Amino acid sequence: MAPGMPDESSAAAVLTVDHLDVRFATKRGVAHVVRDLSYQLHAGETLAILGESGSGKSVSTLALTKLIPIPPGRVAGHVRIGDHDLVAMAEKELLGYRGARIGYVFQDPMTSLNPVHPIGRQVTEGMRFHLGVSEREARERTVDLLRQVGIPDAEKRLDDYPHQFSGGMRQRVVIAIGLSCHPDVLVADEATTALDVTTQAQIVELVGRLQDEIGMAVIWITHDLGVVAGIADRVLVMYAGEVVEEAPVDLLYATPRHPYTLGLMSSLPVLGDLERRELAAIPGMPPTPLALPPGCGFHPRCAYRSDPRCEAEHPALVEVEPGHRVRSFYEVPESDARAAAAAGRIDIEPPDAADRSAAS
Amino acid sequence: MSEPLERPDTAHRPRWRETLSVLLKNRLAAVGLLALLGLVVVALLAGVLTRYGINEQDVANRFAAPSADHWFGTDELGRDIYSRVLMGSRVSLQVGAIAVGISLIAGTLLGLVSGYRGGWLDAILMRTMDVLFAFPVVLLAIALVAVFGPSLRNTMIAIGVVFTPIFARVVRGSVLSVRENLYIRAVRSLGASDLRIVLRHVLPNVAAPVIVQTSLSLAFAILLEAALSYLGVGVQPPEPAWGLMLSDAQRYMEQGWWLSVFPGLAIFVTVMAFNLVGDGLRDALDPQQRSIIESRGVGGDA
Repeated sequence: MAPGMPDESSAAAVLTVDHLDVRFATKRGVAHVVRDLSYQLHAGETLAILGESGSGKSVSTLALTKLIPIPPGRVAGHVRIGDHDLVAMAEKELLGYRGARIGYVFQDPMTSLNPVHPIGRQVTEGMRFHLGVSEREARERTVDLLRQVGIPDAEKRLDDYPHQFSGGMRQRVVIAIGLSCHPDVLVADEATTALDVTTQAQIVELVGRLQDEIGMAVIWITHDLGVVAGIADRVLVMYAGEVVEEAPVDLLYATPRHPYTLGLMSSLPVLGDLERRELAAIPGMPPTPLALPPGCGFHPRCAYRSDPRCEAEHPALVEVEPGHRVRSFYEVPESDARAAAAAGRIDIEPPDAADRSAAS
Repeated sequence: MSEPLERPDTAHRPRWRETLSVLLKNRLAAVGLLALLGLVVVALLAGVLTRYGINEQDVANRFAAPSADHWFGTDELGRDIYSRVLMGSRVSLQVGAIAVGISLIAGTLLGLVSGYRGGWLDAILMRTMDVLFAFPVVLLAIALVAVFGPSLRNTMIAIGVVFTPIFARVVRGSVLSVRENLYIRAVRSLGASDLRIVLRHVLPNVAAPVIVQTSLSLAFAILLEAALSYLGVGVQPPEPAWGLMLSDAQRYMEQGWWLSVFPGLAIFVTVMAFNLVGDGLRDALDPQQRSIIESRGVGGDA
């Protein structure tokens, strides 16, 4: 289902994120929410950003078009689309990028539609000011879009209000809005988390299909390893605001290298595994961005902590094999990696019911 | 569990029609609405419905009791009270509409800016509104009229100024909660400008409390105009304003009850009608109340 990995060297990146850094000034000090984040995204590619709540995964994508409140937020680094750097841009110029170049789909379909407008008007809105099309043409395109995302009787439902749709249908409308201006990149921020498993699978499949059709890149933010396995080309695992492991999806699932990734995989229940041990939870809590631990951000919770450098030095992101980068001083033994990979083995394509309960 | 049943197709109606049908199920609100419609018709047709000029004096017929000739009797100058009360409805409705219009527009703008922008601008605007709000309403209106001189126009401006903080507060409060909604973030992520977000997405969502506040304020504005006219700082004689007529009538209580009763009744009916409609609207526009009313099939806790 995932489109083939584009050759990194030949295809030009549609989005380049370079040393992105986000801080918030709060009353209790500066919260360092995203630290030194870099990645490239190519047309048609699906990048999954994996991490638990508070790992900075959502903020890092909102910061791409400065959708965070500034101040108190502060964005540094570069976000490049073509020759343009979005971080350096004024708000007015950014308006032309939001929705048109980078589209967003948010988590909760129940509240991401305005209750007072019919859904047709909400889908046409972006087209009107980004593409400059007439209301009539926008409506025609909306009917097509709604059909594409699988809303039956699309032309009859244009003037219906959000409350007349079910959750799954509403999320389809939200996706239609995200797609309405043909963005190069679609950010799906927990886009299926609020939905039941069947609907979730349909939405995942829908986005994959549309991606193949229009060649858009997708950033899929999730804490759901099952979704990641099914759709991603590449995975960024984030912890405490930074990338701790980055790899093509098959490498990551075959040999996870970072202790945190291992922990995530070991904590998954496996359906049908009757003689299995207890679920291995990662002890402790993620650090608050107001007071990050010195050294490696993960060391207080790390089962493999041994090197004295773990507490003192900040590990760099090191390439351990082509395309596979890890931020850790410790080499996880091959056997442990395989064991965790086996525990986290998700052979099924659509998301698994079992790991939803673990995730939430 | 999070997916509600889809509404049946009968709910497929524009929102204002749904609101109206709920409103009309509330008997008191329906009566109020009917009274308002009657009032507007009377004000429009006052010239046709009356036989005497408002300042036409019949000195031989002073203090005439209500009769077939003078339905509401005559006053101390022999003027027909029926004609004056009917023409007075124009003054009252005009004052209500224009004064509340001023405060509605000014207050809504201030509330939108204040609530959406927040920060120091919000602090300055709202503290100013608080100062305005802290004054006794009548006193402030008297002060304004005293400075600019008593006239119908200044009365309307004074009332408009006095009511502005009420609207500003209602709107700001609603904006604060509306702007936190995910759909606001969603249209922002679509590239909508602040102006567009405020006008198309925030404003319609704060409309319900504003509509309710408008109809209640209309009642209050009419009452305030009557009070100001009664105190002599509002509409000036010989204009036929209800408050002014009451004020004059006060001196002639013993000569005839009709001098004060009819203008008083007119004020009462008008204010009551606006209040009933306002209460009804509040219930009809509040989804929680609405389901209660729908399930009971009647209104009437107003």
